[in-house]
Amino acid sequence: MLKKTLVAASVAAALLSGAANAAVEVNWWHAMGGTNTERVNKITADFNASQTDYQINAVYKGNYTETMTAAIAAFRAKKQPHIVQVFEVGTATMMAAKGAVYPIEQVMNDAGVKLNKSDYLPAVISYYQTPEGELLSMPFNSSTPVLWYNRDAFKKAGLDTAPETWDEVTTSAKKLVDSGMKCGIAVGWQSWGLIENYSAWNNIAVGTKQNGYAGLDTEFTFNNKNVTANLQRLSDMQADGSFTYGGRRGESLAMFTNGDCGMWINSSAYYGSIKGQAKFDYAQTMMPFDSNVTNAPQNSIIGGATLWTLKGHKKEEYKGVAEFMRYLSSAEVQSWWHQETGYVPITTAAYELSKKEGFYDKNPGTDIAIKQLSLNTPTKNSRGVRFGNFVQVRDVINAEMEKIWNGSKTAQEAMDDAVSQSNKLLRKFEKANK
Amino acid sequence: MHKRVHYNTSYLPYLLVAPQITITLLFFIWPAVQALYQSFLLEDAFGLSTEFVWFDNFAELYDSENYLNSFTRTAFFSVSVAALSMGFALFFAALADRVIKGSHTYRTLLIIPYAVAPVLAGTLWLFLFNPTLGIVPYFLDIVSINWNHKLNSGQAMSLVIIAAAWKQVSYNFLFFVAAMHSIPKSLIEAAAIDGAGPLHRFRTIIFPLISPTTFFLLVVNIIYAFFDTFGIIHAITSGGPGNSTEILVYKVFNDGFVGLDLGGSAAQSVILMFIVILLTVVQFKYVERKVEY
Repeated sequence: MLKKTLVAASVAAALLSGAANAAVEVNWWHAMGGTNTERVNKITADFNASQTDYQINAVYKGNYTETMTAAIAAFRAKKQPHIVQVFEVGTATMMAAKGAVYPIEQVMNDAGVKLNKSDYLPAVISYYQTPEGELLSMPFNSSTPVLWYNRDAFKKAGLDTAPETWDEVTTSAKKLVDSGMKCGIAVGWQSWGLIENYSAWNNIAVGTKQNGYAGLDTEFTFNNKNVTANLQRLSDMQADGSFTYGGRRGESLAMFTNGDCGMWINSSAYYGSIKGQAKFDYAQTMMPFDSNVTNAPQNSIIGGATLWTLKGHKKEEYKGVAEFMRYLSSAEVQSWWHQETGYVPITTAAYELSKKEGFYDKNPGTDIAIKQLSLNTPTKNSRGVRFGNFVQVRDVINAEMEKIWNGSKTAQEAMDDAVSQSNKLLRKFEKANK
Repeated sequence: MHKRVHYNTSYLPYLLVAPQITITLLFFIWPAVQALYQSFLLEDAFGLSTEFVWFDNFAELYDSENYLNSFTRTAFFSVSVAALSMGFALFFAALADRVIKGSHTYRTLLIIPYAVAPVLAGTLWLFLFNPTLGIVPYFLDIVSINWNHKLNSGQAMSLVIIAAAWKQVSYNFLFFVAAMHSIPKSLIEAAAIDGAGPLHRFRTIIFPLISPTTFFLLVVNIIYAFFDTFGIIHAITSGGPGNSTEILVYKVFNDGFVGLDLGGSAAQSVILMFIVILLTVVQFKYVERKVEY
């Protein structure tokens, strides 16, 4: 009797699991921690519920570097996921791995899923396109640096408007300090803000070969007089606290939210944190441009991450990837994601939808990032940067910038050294990725 | 008349050491050989193109001024960490040895830090010393010391040394206490009766008798400082400001696991391995002479 029940139960179980297996499984490794994990899970759960053919399994793999390292190790062991989320500095590494990466445009075309590139915000997708215009990965969470400022402190210092140029930043910072602030301005992710975006915003190159888009034989040129003059200006501003250095990553957030610094240049995606922490009237505005370089800003470049498809799986599974990407790009999903997280929407339709829903009226400033990204059609200087070994290059830049801030080098010396060390890293990458 | 047991089978000793040999081969020798091989390769992250480049990875390190500078930094860091953690552990152990009431609680409390993961330890210290939010800079400010390890190289180095040493104190403490326990009480009591004070007893009896442990800990601590501290540095300074806290093992970790430059990272780890082998040999050859077993 017991035996019979067991047999019946196992047959039933086998049938059930057979039914579940009918859906093609697609694995997605991502780096969205905290509340964003739940948001990612909601997206995949909704997608899985919306159809029966495919099932997306989202797995949190740690921070950006950990996720990327895990995916690469998995690829070497032939156990790679279908989709992996990679941050923007890993783009060149992914791009060069032609044998491992299945460009998303091809994935969609091969699966017969329509990809209309004109639906996407140009500044967002241009970072991830080949020089010929092929889209390599699907943008997922993107942001851009903006200028955050403390309105109460501005009022107290007698400042009516937010600064638009670096000269105005300098005078505003001075006034803030004179009015009793501990510091005028701080900057987070300094290489991203003060070199990569400073250059794009003022339409100058970070490196040769279209910022690396046109070939691996690129060289850095960010030791030019504009970048160095601006860094030297900031360094000199430290004398009275007009500028205060607050660390390599985003940790200077605390200096802004506790009211020490009146201005802060960092990602627009800090909206949620600032909203939660700042006990004063704050606002975001466009990054300052350098009036010694240009008369008007160009467009800023993005940071954040995109979804890459890895080779080595079955055809029908890639169909699932394509269907999921279509779902992910839909206006509803995108505008929800954008409004929940503060990341910019990747399509124009999602932007329009958020507008229609009155999101920007209720949350003033949340559209600054999109406006800044799409201010002008991206030029070869402003669509992005694509350099190999860029994680290490950023380390070199950070170290050399700290030598400016603590006075052991002038801006010119430091940037000359940073360029020569970074160029060695580029040559090494070129050699390893022939 | 001694009674001896004879084993005629010749395979038994081999069988007994086999597990140890297997573990050593599997977890130490094999990875070391792999690293040695990898250090001669130039490879992209995905392993799609691999080129045997002989000593290119090493030559590149030799050309890098930063890398060469990090040797003196590493030496300073390692010696400081070992001295600080062993010094404090010895001090605490000597005190714990004399405590009678509540010694259990006292010892347990001292052992807890060992259970804290390196990155967490780093983060804890980072919070304490955070120039904006930390409690320590706040108090230092009162005595007019401006603490900013984000810009001040000396302060950054002190902070990572303190954090790295703090984590190791527990481990050292445990060994010192055990060593002190094994000293016959009669020796110490006899000295006390003869009128030797606690300090005198420590200097002339306890310290010489625990010298084998001290030597063992010296070797272990140097190896710890050389190999296991990258997590702490990653959490506190990421090697900065400038390159002032970029010690050898941090660069191995950062180039390999963050920068995905496997060949360069392997070359550095091979160099590190030889340094530690050399150091250990030197320690056994010269320092051990002063040890009485």
